[in-house]
Amino acid sequence: MKSTALSLSVLAALALGSASAQTTVKIATLSPLSGGQSDLGTQIRNGAQLAVNEYRAQFQKLGMNLQLTAYDDQADPATGTAQARKIAADRSILAVVGTLNSGVAIPSSQALLSSRVAMVSPANTANNVTDRALSNMNRIVARDDAQGPAGANFLTDNLKAKKVYLINDKTAYGEGLTKEVEKALKAKGTQVVGNEGTEEKSDFSSIVAKIRLQRPDAIYFGGIYNQIGVFIKQLREAGITTPVMGGDGMDSSELATIAGKGATNIYFTTVAAPIDALPAARTFAANFQKTFKDQAQGFAAFGYDAAKVVLQGILAAHKANGNKVPSRTQVESAIRKGSFTGLLSGNVSFNSVGDRKSATLYVMNVQGGKYRLSARLPVRPARQ
Amino acid sequence: MDLATLLPFVVNVIAGGLVLGFVYAIIALGYTMVYGVLQLINFAHSEVFVTGAVVGFEVFRVLEANPMNGYLKLLIALLAAMLVSGLLNVTIERLAYRPLRNAPRLVPLITAIGVSLILQDVLRLIEGFQGRFDLTYTLPGGFSGKFCGEGSSCVALGDTLRSIGLDLQLKDVILIVVSLLSLAVLNYLVNRTRLGKAIRAVAQDRVTAGLMGIDSNRMISATFLIGGALGGISGVLFGMKFGTVNAYSGFDPGIIAFTAAVLGGIGSIPGAVLGGLALGVIQNLIGVTNIFGGLLGIANLESIDASYQRIGAFIVLVLILIFKPTGLLGKSNVEKV
Amino acid sequence: MTAANPVAPRRLTPVPDRTGLLLLIFVATSALLLLSHNRDLLDTLGGLGVLLRNPIVEAIVVSLFLANVLFAYLWRAAPWAKALVGLGSLLLILPWAGQEDTSLLDLSIQIMIFAALALGLNIVVGLAGLLDLGYVAFFAVGAYAWGIFASPRFAEIGRYFVENPGASAAATAVLGALTLLAGLGGYLALQRRRADDLSGSGAWGLTLLLVAGWVAWFLAGRGLFTLGERPWSLAALWIGLVPTALGLLYLAYSRGRGRDVRGALLGLSRVLLALAGVVGTVLVARSILLLTAEGITGLTTGIDPGFFWLFLALSIFAAAVVGVLIGLPVLRLKGDYLAIITLGLGEVIRVLANNLDLYSAGSQGITPIGSASVGWFDTLAARLGFAEDQYGLLFLYVLSLLMVALILLVNVRLDRSRIGRAWIAIRDDEVAAQAMGVPLVQTKLIAFATGASFAGVMGMIFAAKQTFVSPESFNLFQSIGVLAMVILGGMGSFPGVILGATVVTLLNLRILPGLGEATAGLSWIPQQANPGQLQRLIFGAILVAMMLLRPEGLLPSRRRTLELHHEDPQEDDSAKGTGPSLTGGGGDVYSPGLETREEDEPTGGTK
Repeated sequence: MKSTALSLSVLAALALGSASAQTTVKIATLSPLSGGQSDLGTQIRNGAQLAVNEYRAQFQKLGMNLQLTAYDDQADPATGTAQARKIAADRSILAVVGTLNSGVAIPSSQALLSSRVAMVSPANTANNVTDRALSNMNRIVARDDAQGPAGANFLTDNLKAKKVYLINDKTAYGEGLTKEVEKALKAKGTQVVGNEGTEEKSDFSSIVAKIRLQRPDAIYFGGIYNQIGVFIKQLREAGITTPVMGGDGMDSSELATIAGKGATNIYFTTVAAPIDALPAARTFAANFQKTFKDQAQGFAAFGYDAAKVVLQGILAAHKANGNKVPSRTQVESAIRKGSFTGLLSGNVSFNSVGDRKSATLYVMNVQGGKYRLSARLPVRPARQ
Repeated sequence: MDLATLLPFVVNVIAGGLVLGFVYAIIALGYTMVYGVLQLINFAHSEVFVTGAVVGFEVFRVLEANPMNGYLKLLIALLAAMLVSGLLNVTIERLAYRPLRNAPRLVPLITAIGVSLILQDVLRLIEGFQGRFDLTYTLPGGFSGKFCGEGSSCVALGDTLRSIGLDLQLKDVILIVVSLLSLAVLNYLVNRTRLGKAIRAVAQDRVTAGLMGIDSNRMISATFLIGGALGGISGVLFGMKFGTVNAYSGFDPGIIAFTAAVLGGIGSIPGAVLGGLALGVIQNLIGVTNIFGGLLGIANLESIDASYQRIGAFIVLVLILIFKPTGLLGKSNVEKV
Repeated sequence: MTAANPVAPRRLTPVPDRTGLLLLIFVATSALLLLSHNRDLLDTLGGLGVLLRNPIVEAIVVSLFLANVLFAYLWRAAPWAKALVGLGSLLLILPWAGQEDTSLLDLSIQIMIFAALALGLNIVVGLAGLLDLGYVAFFAVGAYAWGIFASPRFAEIGRYFVENPGASAAATAVLGALTLLAGLGGYLALQRRRADDLSGSGAWGLTLLLVAGWVAWFLAGRGLFTLGERPWSLAALWIGLVPTALGLLYLAYSRGRGRDVRGALLGLSRVLLALAGVVGTVLVARSILLLTAEGITGLTTGIDPGFFWLFLALSIFAAAVVGVLIGLPVLRLKGDYLAIITLGLGEVIRVLANNLDLYSAGSQGITPIGSASVGWFDTLAARLGFAEDQYGLLFLYVLSLLMVALILLVNVRLDRSRIGRAWIAIRDDEVAAQAMGVPLVQTKLIAFATGASFAGVMGMIFAAKQTFVSPESFNLFQSIGVLAMVILGGMGSFPGVILGATVVTLLNLRILPGLGEATAGLSWIPQQANPGQLQRLIFGAILVAMMLLRPEGLLPSRRRTLELHHEDPQEDDSAKGTGPSLTGGGGDVYSPGLETREEDEPTGGTK
């Protein structure tokens, strides 16, 4: 009896608390938090959490109690859709940061479309994520057909490659990116001596043997760092010093750790500014380390940026709504129309389909395990 | 393309496949031994093997700064992994399979899957608390392979092998030697000792073995201990060879190793070894089919590349099983352990 | 027999009538469900509202509500009450709550998809005793069958064939039809033959003749067989000839050692003929594509949604055909050999989907996929107050409900039919079943095809619901998950596997994520150990615990319960290698397919 009374009073207190305090405003993350890709998904979640922590005070002042809810899509499209519909049902959630896999982003954004929940993707580069021109789907990373040609240009212009070997990880990300690289290379008349996909995570001996046979000037690998790192390690162990290039999936300090002594002559393109180039990036990395006892990787930075876009969008919509809590539709259009500053990847504004109007791709170079900036390439999508 | 460049290419593809095959073979032994006594696909074996890899990682990490001989470190890692994985396997059997000894055979299969899921997250949790997800082996200098252009850390063996056109490193040789040693010990254990005889008896007929005074539960535990220890060895070898493991990386090699066990004839020890080696080589050969396709001028073979490696192995398995439904070395009255 | 009665433990006292309780629970849980998904109402409720909004509480409410249907099925109550609760829950309350929260509809569709998959796998594993670890392949076939045609992909394929016509359509059609006829005719002619009917040299002659026929076919048709711009006859010849030659050499070697290889030769001949059938079909399909390519190019959003119903039938058919094609070469294998082969072939289908970029868009996936639009249904939904964007989901909800009901009906009828008894006979003792005149391969093939067809139709619904298909939805985990549902629910029991599917799907989509969300903000749980990240661990632990506590499953079939209650030490027949592959270790021969007369009478076995 006593405990019932106690719990009732707790409930009452909770109720009072929520009644007297401010309106709760939530943003959600949708990324894999369990299973084999959970480290990447957790990075996105943590990056977004950091942004939420930064903005909490500002929201408080405006009468909004800002919260982040993390949803787990298990890297599975069906689970992602189910979670997206749950997000749609929770009307205090105004926007979503996610997802990691474009196979999840496409059906999830479709499920969120009717309830006008804006999505800002920290990771999906596949063209058809925004080619569907949904009003709620935006992304801060560069499209495959922006990042791919940029990579191809770097391969031919800076690395002076005449023969390129292409590898992809057979996922929507890696394969889509590599296809765009291939297209750009062929347009320039550069020879593509090999082009193959592999789902193998550990043993690359047959590919390494082929590379030794074909003697390419450069290798482009579309994939994620934990696979590419292992590949590079084996490649270098076989005595092949050919430069290896990739996309933003390689943006991780783990890459050098995994590749070990082989972490040399590696290049990758990313929208996140290197820590040395931007003071904000340094602060971010330090904060991340302090909060989560874990090193910030590329996906954390993207998650942080995507969350910042969402939060600034909510603030803009709040202002436009006469300093009242905005509706989802208002947030959606504020995100699509606004311009956002102070991000690790520069200033963001979206075109009509949700791609960045312009972005700077940083080409990072890994030499002897050290990361350094090699080039800046401005990219613009064809549609403005 | 002339023969002088093609020959080393083929040799290297096959050699790489053999090294990979040894890893598969040792993992496959764990599956096949358990299958021999319980007719159970021990899905948890892939995590037992990853546990071995994690233990190996921890040993190498702790001993990183220690000036002791690299081979001694490897020995410690192997022994520790064998012990942990072996005991883990015994525990799994005791808790999750033994109570279901008389249940339909699919029931322990599901508990095996359940245990496998549990272990994945437990391993991630353990390493996650220390902020790690992908575990990268810190091997003693010579083992971690030779890097051209970095001078002094070169290992003579790798150089020598490369000078004759063979793309193998010291660690590959170590891998093969350790695998062969384990096989020899296992062979002795199973075929020359009383324990081995008892295990074989239980595998052949549990009830009759019981009537002969053999404690079949103890023998099953012993089998799981041996199978788990082999899993531990393969985990360390895997980590050493490929450098990186995480809590979830056991699934793929586990499936391939089980395929290897089936290819060789499930329940048969030599079969598992043969199946593992064959699968490693077949996979690598399928992975380079496009090169041969290009040489032979057959346009369509050019699209058969590394992305078909895995399913190519499965198709080979189908073909072999059509002609020999019990696997390469399986007989209807195969000697099982 | 299994579906009609739930678990029937020995009843000493008659079960009390629970009509009142059932109705009470129905009303209570319905009210809770409706309340917990009505945001406006929750806001006015203060503390209770906060509690009900808690994700884990919400998940429990949903589970309790779905348990209604289970209670209606299990409990002894007035038939009208059972019908009211069952139909009321599924047709009234759930859609009503789904109006507020579409995730409920999504969840229910997902549950029903898995229920149908589990029912299909149950036929293969639970009834026929064939362990299939690649079941999700058939689901993929259904999903892609609709996905390719009802999306812009179809126009892309048309465009490709317009640009790369290759060999002429007429020649391809003629050749394809001839090949198809030859393959099919030959196969049917051989199907009834037994190895004993043939002489040794006859079998060799037949096989060699077929191989020669294939070689001649390829050589004659060189240049004619192009897939797009690429000639494939030589490559296919090499790929086919090398293993065939190796196999023949092996058989010759076996023959030399005095073994009877006629059976193997006959099997090989059948495979070669079946292959001709497949190749013929492909060629005919190609010629049709070529002829219609111009027209297809115009279908920028895929075919007319009106074809939905036709494709519902086609996806069943396609999945069944793939089931037969996969089954043909491998069903001779036993037990775990079959398991690993089906696992491998399941992967083959997924990898093909990932690699055949032209047809499946590879890893990029196909989107957007259309769905049927039924005018009167939309009007009805509008009248009932559904928003326009919810029509599609509601339609698929009702459709999948109908499909599950239909599949359940088919299951029950099959189970009581001759074929159902034959499956159980094969499961319990293959040799004895064969001795009693059950045609093994045919019976197994029917099991494979039936199971596959259920998956096919649900794959199509899945594609329409997701509006997107990509290979990552059809990985090995899904197959294993469906198997877990079957075993968890109770192999061989239809209500059991539906319950298993419901429990597993609820756990994966609602309860465990809810647990994660509810605990995410708690500071005393370290971030790494948050339950949200340990879903696999919790799910695995539940699997293990359930199996240890209830090895026969949640709602076991009566037959299975009786088998498990044999207390004898189980005879191990592993050494023979031919024992019942999936059933209990017991070597007892049960009387296949015969009902027991008394509740506690063991089927056939001796105590």
